[in-house]
Amino acid sequence: MSSPADTRPDDQPLLRVSSVSKSYGARTGCTDVSFELWPGEVLAVVGESGSGKTTLLNCISSRLLPTSGSVSYRMRDGSWRELYRMSEAERRFLMRTDWGFVHQNPADGLRMTVSAGANVGERLMAIGDRHYGNIRSTAIDWLGRVEIGSDRIDDEPRAFSGGMRQRLQIARNLVTSPRLVFMDEPTGGLDVSVQARLLDLLRGLVADLGLAAIVVTHDLAVARLLSHRMMVMKDGRVIETGLTDRVLDDPREAYTQLLVSSILQV
Amino acid sequence: MMATPLVVSEVAKSFVMHLRGGLTLPVVEDVSFALTAGRCAVLGGPSGAGKSSILKMLYGNYGVDSGQIIVQHRGALVDLARAAPRVVLSVRRETIGYVSQFLRTVPRVTALDVVAEPLTAAGVDRDEARERAAALLARLNLPKTLWSLPPATFSGGEQQRINIARGFITRHPILLLDEPTASLDAMNRQVVIDLIAEKKQAGVALLGIFHDQDVREAVADTIVDVTRFAPKRVAA
Repeated sequence: MSSPADTRPDDQPLLRVSSVSKSYGARTGCTDVSFELWPGEVLAVVGESGSGKTTLLNCISSRLLPTSGSVSYRMRDGSWRELYRMSEAERRFLMRTDWGFVHQNPADGLRMTVSAGANVGERLMAIGDRHYGNIRSTAIDWLGRVEIGSDRIDDEPRAFSGGMRQRLQIARNLVTSPRLVFMDEPTGGLDVSVQARLLDLLRGLVADLGLAAIVVTHDLAVARLLSHRMMVMKDGRVIETGLTDRVLDDPREAYTQLLVSSILQV
Repeated sequence: MMATPLVVSEVAKSFVMHLRGGLTLPVVEDVSFALTAGRCAVLGGPSGAGKSSILKMLYGNYGVDSGQIIVQHRGALVDLARAAPRVVLSVRRETIGYVSQFLRTVPRVTALDVVAEPLTAAGVDRDEARERAAALLARLNLPKTLWSLPPATFSGGEQQRINIARGFITRHPILLLDEPTASLDAMNRQVVIDLIAEKKQAGVALLGIFHDQDVREAVADTIVDVTRFAPKRVAA
């Protein structure tokens, strides 16, 4: 009993994570995490600080070598590659082109002392674009899509507000048309009204571009708004997983029930 | 199209309240019924009998402890009680529509786009989707001045009409309705009754909860008595 969607050969996951564990000496980061991510799917990883969600994100985005387990990615040509068997140069190329990484603190993902336009243009140059006019016009287009006026293209992000910096970081990541974007608390540290604008923007971009994304957040409202599917982590392990609204409206595990019942109602 | 696009067999559901010392609350058991194309079934029974829970299980919003929910989807049979999340999402996009009681608003998205979204998600051109959304909102007498505003600040009745338009705009072969007329005036209740009649005409199988007796009598072809599915044993 399966839908034809399961059997079509072109319909395959984009990312396969198998039994990934990471320990820091005696301390556990994450333990035995396995899942698949499909094209266009947004997965939220939720849990309290220290639950291992950022460690997991770093392990599957090639930023942190797992202690054991494997991460495979389906390249644009359809071939499967194991992340930690690639050369460092190949991994970097993947990070600069097919993947994006949105950090909680925009300063970690931007170059603060070069212009907004250059921050966006730099990613284009990394994939071989050399035409200054094209780069500038694409940069202006992307700044517009994240609601930054073209008159700010020559300003440095140092001069931007937190919300604007975060939007610039998103433009920098999406300009190369990545297929997979990792986000670590993308709305953390922003005012609520700024958060709402950013969430709405992200939601629209992810849907329009058909992006797959893995979003780490401790905010269940962010998970509900952005994600299709959810994984709940506790003490480094995935304790519950499923469709986002199912996990939030009918939580099964004790810890998930605690998380959901702790949300303040407005 | 097959005559029974959705068949529910022996479905059971309980809630385990871990924060209440693992208390188990049985909701329903042995739920079995089928929906027929072109007909509207209505879930009957008092509050708390599990009507909403049944609707939510059929939409994949609540988990299912045991039993099967077989739906005809893309020419194959899918068991929603066990389907993977992305299969459930695909069923929601193409096969099962749902009108919930309350609108979950998204900041900054206009009423018109909230209604048009299920169409654009299914690949319909944005302009055409907005046109069809506008036609439906006009039919439900939502003032045109509200169309370009986010519905967060709308009244209950206005939000409900947005929800109804959003649910009725697609051509899903199965439509679930959770009290769609609860906060509507008589004129708009009649619009909903007409919309349901048109869905039946188009061969859609409907399943609804209606507390309003006039509406229930106007739309129901069969009543599914939910008290039949009351749990027989109370678990510890």
